[in-house]
Amino acid sequence: MTELLQIEGLRLSRAGREVLKGISLSVPRGQVAALMGLSGSGKTTALRATVALEAFDAGRIEVDGFELSAGPVPTESRLAPLRRKAGMVFQSHALFEHLTAIENVALAPIRVLGQPEAESRERGSLLLDSLGVGHRATAYPRELSGGEAQRVAIARALAMDPPLLLMDEPTASLDPARRGSLGETLEALSREGRGLLIATHDTDFASDFADRVIILAEGVVAEEGPPSLLASPTHPATRALLDYRKTERPHRT
Amino acid sequence: MFGAAACAAAQTGPAPALRWGGDAEGGAPFVEADPADPSKVRGFDVEVAETIARGLGREPRFVQVAFSSIDASVARGDFDIGLSGVEDTPARRAMLAATMPYFEFREVLAVRQADAGNYRGLSDLLGRRVGTLGGTIAYDILLAGRERHGYLPVSYDDDVHPYSDLAAGRLDAVLLDHIIAARSLKRVPGLVVEPDPVATGHYIGVLAKENTRLRDRVNEVLAAAMRDGTLERIYRRWDIWDASQAAFFQASLSTLSRNPADAGSLAVSSSRWASAIRYVPSLLRAALITLLLSCAAMALAVLLGIGIAAGRIYGPGAARALLTGYVELVRGTPVLLQLFVLYYGLSSVVRLPAFAAALLGLGLNYAAYESEIYRGALEAVSRVQLEAARTLGFSEWLILRLVRGPQAFRLALAPMTNDFVALLKDSSLVSVITVVELTKQTSIFATNIGSWVLPGILCAAIYLAMSLPLSRLARRLERRWSATA
Repeated sequence: MTELLQIEGLRLSRAGREVLKGISLSVPRGQVAALMGLSGSGKTTALRATVALEAFDAGRIEVDGFELSAGPVPTESRLAPLRRKAGMVFQSHALFEHLTAIENVALAPIRVLGQPEAESRERGSLLLDSLGVGHRATAYPRELSGGEAQRVAIARALAMDPPLLLMDEPTASLDPARRGSLGETLEALSREGRGLLIATHDTDFASDFADRVIILAEGVVAEEGPPSLLASPTHPATRALLDYRKTERPHRT
Repeated sequence: MFGAAACAAAQTGPAPALRWGGDAEGGAPFVEADPADPSKVRGFDVEVAETIARGLGREPRFVQVAFSSIDASVARGDFDIGLSGVEDTPARRAMLAATMPYFEFREVLAVRQADAGNYRGLSDLLGRRVGTLGGTIAYDILLAGRERHGYLPVSYDDDVHPYSDLAAGRLDAVLLDHIIAARSLKRVPGLVVEPDPVATGHYIGVLAKENTRLRDRVNEVLAAAMRDGTLERIYRRWDIWDASQAAFFQASLSTLSRNPADAGSLAVSSSRWASAIRYVPSLLRAALITLLLSCAAMALAVLLGIGIAAGRIYGPGAARALLTGYVELVRGTPVLLQLFVLYYGLSSVVRLPAFAAALLGLGLNYAAYESEIYRGALEAVSRVQLEAARTLGFSEWLILRLVRGPQAFRLALAPMTNDFVALLKDSSLVSVITVVELTKQTSIFATNIGSWVLPGILCAAIYLAMSLPLSRLARRLERRWSATA
């Protein structure tokens, strides 16, 4: 399998505290990898460093041949190739509030890739349809439910056709039915040959839909393997994650 | 009534002081702070007031009042009599109890020495700028002759800056009282007074309309001072006595003996409405100036404000510090001071026309406030949206133009509209640098007809007609965008 994302020895400090203490991981094409851990374990920070939203102190990140090294974040013009290779879906969706769903999806292809507007909107509509939100194309973000907004955000990232898709806590605002549907979408995307790195602490979701799980604890990779390791955890961090799920579940329903 | 009570009191107990109002800012030879003791005033009007008080058996007490407010202040009883180069006009006689004239002045043209042979009278000033003090007979003369002679009258709030602007080349002539011109020529070199006067006028004392008994007694004192040489001695002391004054005294005393009562006030009173209607077109013209100035200044403020806000958010450290300094400096000092500095302070470096200085002054001032609105609005757009845009490959410029700018604009639109309404009203401040906009025109109108009631109502109505639609627009925009924001 070709590695789409490779992270080696990534160290990152924020306000004098070391958040990531030398993590290494990889995601090949066609795989859904779940990056798991409790709050504060460094999942989101790892994703942000991967798409060059945060500088890191040591290590390297390579996305489909584009390499990021330690030091200040490069200028946007130097990051242009990375932007074509990695898409990101934020936990809060981060849709552009002044634009409709279809405008959110079509904006980057038109303005960044220079695609014709009609073509971009048509492709955008197809993407929204495929994610089950085609009927909401003309709605503004404030008019969308959490699940709908998340699908629009996925469509927006996919409109740039990146081989690697990063998602931060995608199940946080979804009911169980929507979580199932999202999982199927992710599987379909991986079948297209994309690599997906999903930051989540939802062990059920990871068990059902991930090909591999990577457990982060206190800034290091504690355990890594197939989703079955969640059924028989060996590392205390993985057990803590499962315990957290048990205490959390009654409140979620 | 007040005066009658005062007279009655004079007969029974110690006489109350004679409170007389004047403007020490007007300077010598009228009224000025005494250089030896600035708590006291001196000038020929001060001595005339002392003569009157002495004649009435009372102590004079000076009350400082802005020159343009003398009429209104005496009418509402702030003092007993106003004396400070107050001109004898029909409107003033209609509104107030006027004393007999006690000084005759000539309206004379001052020009630069090089122009002495060219501009001998108003008819020589086609296409030229002629300045004077607003709300005076000289200004009325300039307005009345504007169409016939084709010059541009320029109104000032004081009688000092017209002469400095004449020397600086902003004006081509100044029309004012000969004693003001004589004083200014001593201070500003390079100017001369044309020998032929444009008109003559008189200074009078003014009292509240019902105060006719005191006025009549003041007239007796003034007439006696004319006869016994007291006034002549005062005028000689202040170097304002000449042959024409002697002739005026003679004529004045003979007129007084024929007709001691106030003449001409009825005829003027009945024509106040007519003169009010006469002023409406000039009020509307002034409103247009206000509107044009406000729109242009706002456009400048918006453009500069966007630049400052963007500079403070995206610029390098030095630019941010510089722009922050600019915003704090502008917000921390009065706009009036900024206008003075732009127009008068910088006149040796750059001689801005009045409208351009007004536009620049208001624009630069409001730019500081606008920039704070835009900065707040830009920073209110959620950071995660900007990060999402970066991960999609937008450049910083595209993010500003497509994501951050449009959302910030919606947030800023309502406060911007409110600022525009405020600017519309603040534009009245530019009258200090000779731009006659709506408020200034109203003040001239009010001075000339001797009442603020009608001019005030008309002026307020015009301001409201301009600002109410804007306020409504602001409210609508606020409602419309609040859901998005």
